[in-house]
Formats: sequence, C-alpha cells, structure tokens
Amino acid sequence: MIPYLFATAMLLIGLYAIVARRNLIKIVIGVAITEYAVNLFLILLGYRAGGIPPILSKGMDLNKFAANSVDPLPQALTVTSIVIGLGVIALLVALVLRLYEKYGTLDESEIKRLKG
Amino acid sequence: MEVLLYALLGFMVVGCIIAVEIKDLLSAVVSVGIVGICLSVVFLFLGAPDIAIVQVVVETLCLIILLRATVQRDDTTIYKYIESFAVATILIFSGVFMVLAYRAFKDLPSFGHPLMTVSQEYLREGLAKTKAVNFVTSVLLDFRAYDTLGEATVLFVSILGAIAVLRRRGRR
Repeated sequence: MIPYLFATAMLLIGLYAIVARRNLIKIVIGVAITEYAVNLFLILLGYRAGGIPPILSKGMDLNKFAANSVDPLPQALTVTSIVIGLGVIALLVALVLRLYEKYGTLDESEIKRLKG
Repeated sequence: MEVLLYALLGFMVVGCIIAVEIKDLLSAVVSVGIVGICLSVVFLFLGAPDIAIVQVVVETLCLIILLRATVQRDDTTIYKYIESFAVATILIFSGVFMVLAYRAFKDLPSFGHPLMTVSQEYLREGLAKTKAVNFVTSVLLDFRAYDTLGEATVLFVSILGAIAVLRRRGRR
C-alpha cells in the first residue's frame, strides 16, 4: 500500500508542474515525472515479496519457478511504455525549441501576450 | 530490503519536488536525471533487470535532449509568477485524488502479493511454447507481439513528428 502512495504522490507532483508552472521546460519536466510515476506503479503492481526476476536459469524447477517469480506481464508492457515516453519527450522538446526560435522566450504567458 | 526500497522511493519524491520547484532550469533538468537513474535502481530491487537497463539508456537520451533545450538559452532562470487560482485548484484536486486513490488501493491486491492469473499460464508454458528463458522477452515478442508492433508504430510516429517540427526547410 505505501509504495503505491509514493507513486501517486509522484504523479500528482508531475500534474502540478504541468498545470501551475509557466515555463515550457518545466512543463516538459512535469510530463517526464508523470511518466516515471506510471511506469513505477505498473512495476510495483507485479512485485512479489522475495520474488526472483522472471528469467529461468539452468536446473531450475519450472513449477517452483512459477510460484516464486515476479509478474512478467507488466514488465513486458512497461518496456515499450518507457521507450514511447522518450518519443513523447523528444516531440515536446522539438516544439519547445521551435517556440523559442519564434518568440525568443520560454514563458507561456509571454508567448500568449506576443501572439496578440 | 523493504526499508531501502522505501528510502529510494522517498528520495525520488523529494527529487521530483526539487525538480519542479527550483528556479534554475539546468538544476531542474539534472534533478530529473537523478530521479530517472534512481527509478532504474528501484526497478532492480523489484526484480525487473530488463526494465532497469532500458530505463538507464532512455534516461541518458532524455537527459541529453532536455539539456539541448536548456543549455543554449540566454535566460536559464525563471521569473516567478505564482498564479494562485491554478495552485489552489491543483492542491484541492490532489487532496481529492489522494483520498480516492487510497480507497481504490485497498481493493487492489496488497503490495508483494500480485494476482498473476494470466502470467501463471505464461510462466508455466512459456518455455515449451516459445523456447525463451527470459519470460519478459517471450511475452514481449511472442504472446503480445501485436501490442509491441502497435507501440513501435506510436514511437516512430512521434519521431516523425519531431523531425517534421524541427526541419529547416518545409515545402510551401
């Protein structure tokens, strides 16, 4: 229960950065933190107390292994989720660079004012 | 073991708060990098070595991209505008969300005792069906290969979008 609450706290900090910060880089940082929190939560869900990684080594009994291993399914889905997170960050940073070139500032409210 | 895990998680939360609140943008980016590396260590603790490796690689690339956006700016410090309405809204929402999340977590299987109805099948028959000793790979590339294909499509579309935004000359 307590680790889940830590992950939720991280998610809320990321959301706070996205909503309340004015600087575009801070918003990108908020998105990154939110992604970390979600990935962490999925992995926490699949953890078994005292579990072994889901990799079979030589001479291991299959039934005993299945009773002791952590859950491989959320791990497999999280791998791709992490890589997609990188793609999202790259796209956001590309947009931020373009906005800085056009307006010469990273401040959201400045950009809104200059658009006019 | 458990204490160390909690210590790392608490450290990550503190790192996130510093990254959001600090004024210097370069320091904020560096603290996000520290949180990401710490997350990779947490994954190692939770029995997920594959994810820990992927996380380290992705974190490094992510840090490089964010530094590229930060370093060459003239004004790296932020001028503070506190918009009290947004802050009040998000704080109230956070409280409500925390309470609802706490109630929802009570119905989840408790930490350290996963349900694993689907994965038991994978763990028992994965070796015979796919001949892979690493079960993460066997799920990723065999049982759930269509998911992986779709996610690879999403990744390439986002990279295409970044290239389209960043290219110097566009067609008129």
